[in-house]
Amino acid sequence: MESYKIQQHKYDVIVVGAGGAGLRATFGLAEKGLKAACITKVFPTRSHTVAAQGGIAAALGNMGEDDWRFHFYDTVKGGDWLGDQDAIEYMCREAIPSIYELEHYGVPFSRTEEGRIYQRPFGGMTTHYGKGTAQRTCAAADRTGHAILHTLYQQALAHDAEFFVEYFAIDLIFDDEGVCRGVLALDMNEGTLHLFRGQAVVLATGGYGRAYFSATSAHTCTGDGGGMVLRAGLALQDLEFVQFHPTGIYGAGCLITEGVRGEGGYLTNAKGERFMERYAPSAKDLASRDVVSRAITIEIREGRGVGEHKDHAFLNLMHLGPEVIHERLPGIAESARIFAGVDVTKEPIPILPTVHYNMGGIPTNYHGEVVQKKGDDVDAVVPGLFAIGEAACVSVHGGNRLGSNSLLDLVVFGRAVSHRCAELIKPGTAHKDLPASALDKALARFDSLRHADGELPTAKIRLDMQRTMQTDAAVFRTGETLKEGCDKIDAVHASFKHVRVSDRSMVWNSDLIETLELANLLDQAVGTMHSAEQRPESRGAHAREDFPDRNDAEWMKHTLVKVDENGKTSFDYRPVHMYTLTDEVEVVPPKKRVY
Amino acid sequence: MAEFSLPKNSKIQPGKHYPAKGAKKPRTFRIYRWSPDDGQNPRIDTYEVDMAACGPMVLDALLKIKNEIDPTLTLRRSCREGICGSCAMNIDGTNTLACICAIDKVAKGDVKIYPLPHMPVVKDLVPDLTHFYAQFASIKPWMRTQSATPDRERLQSPEDRKKLDGLYECILCACCSTSCPSYWWNGDKYLGPAILLQAYRWIVDSRDEDTGARLDDLEDPFKLYRCHTIMNCARTCPKGLNPAKAIAEIKKLMVERRSS
Repeated sequence: MESYKIQQHKYDVIVVGAGGAGLRATFGLAEKGLKAACITKVFPTRSHTVAAQGGIAAALGNMGEDDWRFHFYDTVKGGDWLGDQDAIEYMCREAIPSIYELEHYGVPFSRTEEGRIYQRPFGGMTTHYGKGTAQRTCAAADRTGHAILHTLYQQALAHDAEFFVEYFAIDLIFDDEGVCRGVLALDMNEGTLHLFRGQAVVLATGGYGRAYFSATSAHTCTGDGGGMVLRAGLALQDLEFVQFHPTGIYGAGCLITEGVRGEGGYLTNAKGERFMERYAPSAKDLASRDVVSRAITIEIREGRGVGEHKDHAFLNLMHLGPEVIHERLPGIAESARIFAGVDVTKEPIPILPTVHYNMGGIPTNYHGEVVQKKGDDVDAVVPGLFAIGEAACVSVHGGNRLGSNSLLDLVVFGRAVSHRCAELIKPGTAHKDLPASALDKALARFDSLRHADGELPTAKIRLDMQRTMQTDAAVFRTGETLKEGCDKIDAVHASFKHVRVSDRSMVWNSDLIETLELANLLDQAVGTMHSAEQRPESRGAHAREDFPDRNDAEWMKHTLVKVDENGKTSFDYRPVHMYTLTDEVEVVPPKKRVY
Repeated sequence: MAEFSLPKNSKIQPGKHYPAKGAKKPRTFRIYRWSPDDGQNPRIDTYEVDMAACGPMVLDALLKIKNEIDPTLTLRRSCREGICGSCAMNIDGTNTLACICAIDKVAKGDVKIYPLPHMPVVKDLVPDLTHFYAQFASIKPWMRTQSATPDRERLQSPEDRKKLDGLYECILCACCSTSCPSYWWNGDKYLGPAILLQAYRWIVDSRDEDTGARLDDLEDPFKLYRCHTIMNCARTCPKGLNPAKAIAEIKKLMVERRSS
């Protein structure tokens, strides 16, 4: 192996990723007097938070009655009783101060006539425990993610936070006691290796949507944090729960916000019928995303799809009028024109359910501390390691996330992690020496991929993986297709040992970066397929045709999956937290989920 | 005396040619290539791509080349829907985002692709934007207030909020600044259209309370007044924004406060 010169950097805390969660954590830590470094593979405002459209939920009650307890109930029900209710309580209560904080930072929210933050209806968001429709989703037109991400980056600048931009995190570094001590990263611009030492490492690396062929996710959504955690021998949680957004643009896969339906848009089939009325008589087009995605899939399957191949559906918003569209939905009007050639004031948008969000991820508690099951301790904290945002599974979203709860998740838990680190870490604490061998494994892996000389280009293996996931871990699943999917994805995983990297340079070697990303995706693709195969029930986004009902007696529990270096999976389980943090809100016991 | 010929190592050489065998609808892409690692001059590589098996956007063609023909081709990309600003580059003579630039809208003939002009090149289509980002930080682009923070949100009327439209949507792709001849010439000191648009976004925000200091900071022969209303910025902005107008508004405010 080549010997690499490694530059060492010492900080109190290392944040990996500069999306909404990573940025909120980074300047939160700076605010608390901790020396933090944020390492990120893209310039912060390029992170995928930028693409969020519809809004961020909080029971502000600006546009009608609301209460955070209603929000709590909706989130528990939306997640089909797989969410941890203590964490959900924390998120929904902290939502309110977190949004005011964002406004104070300067987020350009749309406004009501009274000058307050504008709020729109969103799927699954109700008042009085399912009885009324809530207007809870705070919006900046349909560019809320962009508005929030840029504002958070600006706050990071205001706090003089330190960034290492276009640094790719390769692996986590642990000591012999299993304490996370830092992260090894590649400076893409210089082609040099860096060891970032921290008393804590916060993973804010986002989801792994690109394991699928068609996803609203950016090219960079490759689950690098989850990949590093699996390689460290730790388990990920609930990977089988993959959200399909009902309205991705047919063909291109770009997102069309649920806010369209929030503002009054609706879906139709080939007969021009508003079919959601049959599937969700009360919430109709504003049922939760898993319900709407399944409805569209059934319509298509039963021959009522639109278009030449009858393989998609229409989203109608012509009736809203040009003024509402211009003021509230200008971004999607632009996207529909560019990617579907549609003038939304005159024609419907062709749409298809598209992979959008990973409910699963790195298991944490509501402080953002990574937890594992250790013997009888089902909530054992991994010292020195935190995870937030889509990378994490707190779990506040359970089996299905409600729209506008993910921007919320980012800021609430980004904030929580900075509070927790301030409690645990004294600024300037000396770093323990690492054993000389601590980097060996990570370096050997990096070196072997840099010189990888097999017969399969990275793009070929990636395409095999994406097609397998798209076909066999889809909206509807059966035991048979999942079993076949497991065999296929295992074969794709095995083929990675024949990968070829063609670019041999060190500076901005994107061929190498894509290969490192593919390794992260592959482990999680295997974890997802096998997790889906072993869960014989339907819950949230995991819909098994051979097991159409939810089975609370046996399966109201979180899946823990480990994937070893040969792609072999092993399973364990953690109970769902059926308790709240305070007596301000009562546990919602499981019941039938009807919209 | 000014040097009129380019240094030897900047002269672009003809590069490799990758034909598309058996393509139904071939289209030729001529792409700027340069790597700091090999000590060679920049070159133009020519790739033929079968449009019958390619997505509609220039980014689709670039990724098809990277995935199927030449994995060493280097570019930034992320969202592929025109919101992250990563894939800004010069396509057929215009700065734009590759992901929302339709191939069939590019004039007939070869599609010529270069990095954003007048920026140091890191590799191929990847420019070094460090200075651009530093200029963004230099205007202190965050809410600055003196009054006590309210318990709830600061109020802002819909009319005042409307003043931010056409400004807050900027994605910092740098297409405008790197299309501006004045920025090419004085980019070390002139802030350029993107950063000035961002500056105006805060000046005009009814919630911000530091307008005076913001204008003071811009009262400078280079930072602001190197805008000569050439208007390339407005013409090239892939988001349809008008940085030149924002700059004109700042200049107007400068005049107003001098004469009041």
